[in-house]
Amino acid sequence: MALTEPTVEAIVHREPPRGRSLWVDARRRFLRNRAATVSLVVLVLIALFAFFGQFLTPYDRATVDFSLIGINAQQGYPSLETRRYFGTDMEGRDLYARTVQGTRLSLMIGIVGSLVAVVVGTLYGAIAGYVGGRVDGVMMRIVDILLSIPFMFVLILLLVMFGRSLLMLFIGIGLISWLPMARIARGQTLSIKNKEFVEAAIATGVRPLTIILRHIVPNLAGVVIVYATLLIPEMIIYESFISFLGLGVQEPNTSLGALISRGAAQLGNGVPWQLGFPLFFFVTMLFAFYFVGDGLRDAIDPKDR
Amino acid sequence: MSVATQSQGQGGGGETPLLSVRDLRVTFEIRPRNAWPWTPSRRLRAVGGVSFDLAPGEVLGVVGESGSGKSTLARAIVGTVPAEGLIRFDGEDIARLSPEGRRARRRDIQMVFQDPLAALNPRMTVGEIVAEPLLTHFPRTPRAEVRRRVGEILERVGLLPSMINRYPHEFSGGQCQRIGIARALILRPRLLICDEPVSALDVSVQAQVVNLLRELRRDMGLAMIFIAHDLSVVRHVSDRILVMYLGRLMEIAPARALVAEPRHPYTQALIASVPIPDPVLERARTHPVLEGDLPSPLAPPSGCVFRTRCPKAREACAAEVPPAFEVGPAHRAACLFWDEPTPAFGRAAGAVAAAAEGAA
Repeated sequence: MALTEPTVEAIVHREPPRGRSLWVDARRRFLRNRAATVSLVVLVLIALFAFFGQFLTPYDRATVDFSLIGINAQQGYPSLETRRYFGTDMEGRDLYARTVQGTRLSLMIGIVGSLVAVVVGTLYGAIAGYVGGRVDGVMMRIVDILLSIPFMFVLILLLVMFGRSLLMLFIGIGLISWLPMARIARGQTLSIKNKEFVEAAIATGVRPLTIILRHIVPNLAGVVIVYATLLIPEMIIYESFISFLGLGVQEPNTSLGALISRGAAQLGNGVPWQLGFPLFFFVTMLFAFYFVGDGLRDAIDPKDR
Repeated sequence: MSVATQSQGQGGGGETPLLSVRDLRVTFEIRPRNAWPWTPSRRLRAVGGVSFDLAPGEVLGVVGESGSGKSTLARAIVGTVPAEGLIRFDGEDIARLSPEGRRARRRDIQMVFQDPLAALNPRMTVGEIVAEPLLTHFPRTPRAEVRRRVGEILERVGLLPSMINRYPHEFSGGQCQRIGIARALILRPRLLICDEPVSALDVSVQAQVVNLLRELRRDMGLAMIFIAHDLSVVRHVSDRILVMYLGRLMEIAPARALVAEPRHPYTQALIASVPIPDPVLERARTHPVLEGDLPSPLAPPSGCVFRTRCPKAREACAAEVPPAFEVGPAHRAACLFWDEPTPAFGRAAGAVAAAAEGAA
């Protein structure tokens, strides 16, 4: 074997070895958690389905097949030959295309709500906690007041007053989602800001905003990520509930909640696929999000278990 | 020790001091639990009227038991807690600087912390941690230069420059403390404040870190304030020692004089309680035991704060706060009766001795 011994110079001039960051550690622990890993794969598949599923079908979500109206139970059943993979709905529209679009909308609602919570909630909570004193008191009382308003009610009022639109729905969901996150972030900040590394940064002369962004927020990230993952299904449920009430998105757009609502209404008419397919995606997605969230929590903060 | 003699001269008021602290007071407002917004806060005086000077390149040790205000004193000088009184650094009153001016001044005063791991951000690499002060004060330093200086300072504190991409949790306590020292020194400060830098370390590692600090001080001409509750460590590194009790200065003197002829009864008790590293001698001597506990800083005793535990206490002690008397060359002690001999440490010591005899 002609293995050449590395010279001293070679060792000295080698690239400094990469350290094991806490994130790398967390990833390893997460991947060891089988339920969480499988759920993550499922989520990726669902996301692929939601964003690229449309390419697999010749039908779109809005075209009504008049020949199928009224004989849904006999003709509109799921079939690979007619390429109606999930059958058709009451109006003779392709349920596969509609489920793809509904899943996409539900995912987007969940992710947008969660993103707003992460960005606004984390910064708001971190600033309140770090500054402390009066500022903290005022900022957190505002959160308390907003939290005490029955939001479902306000959201429904908003949708009724300004008309049903996707934008209104996003705004409504965004408005609620960050409040609990702000409280969580503030609580964590209170414990982090008394750590000596923050004091070291102050003593060095680092500016307060930089301290929040460089020293507080990265150390909040663990809790925030976990909470954000668990927030996504919550947001999806919110939206579904609104859509179930018939106040969510407008036709021809649809969401899982709206599909489930219509499917449930047709339950006695021999068309179980109209409820089954949307419900399957809804339940699977929520299940997977909760498992991933739990896995992340165990992985990021092993002490917390 | 040339520095020691130099600092003795300084105590008499020779050359201009690097740091001059006059009547420094730190008061915390304590909110009682479950208080209404209008209930007044209680005032906790953590540091009350401490004055001293520090010459360039001098090491001042600060000792005192837990809760004596040593750490608060350090934080007041560094500027992480608000303080009243005068802190003059290099002739400039830093307490009165604008926030911006103060931030710039912080370059010259750096701090090393007690808990080595907690003082390092767990999400940052060692390289980022050590470079932070440099990039804070000189944000436009080129990357290669930053890397060179970080490597240099890591090597100086006894670490390998190849460790820059590692994270704090991959290091031992002693190594973490070296990282903390590297961060404090990368800007070449003139004053380094060490807040119990070795209390959290193993004894063997303590010696390494203390020796590292001594070397750095010699090579870089650093002035240091070295805080510890362990007099034997402080004696080893300091030119002068300041003794604190309940936020007040009890005695300040050149290290050798303080240990050889302590004037304040509290200092005498502290020195008498330093363990002797010889089991025979250690067992043979009678331990003077300080009676009672540290009084609450929320309600300190009137007059001399030490009088509740002092064997020499008299009525006069309760009347007024004793000033710091000049009791020797560069030697001050805050005791009205410093020139009277201290009685043995009272009944407690006698009781211990009697119990020991009874057992034998």
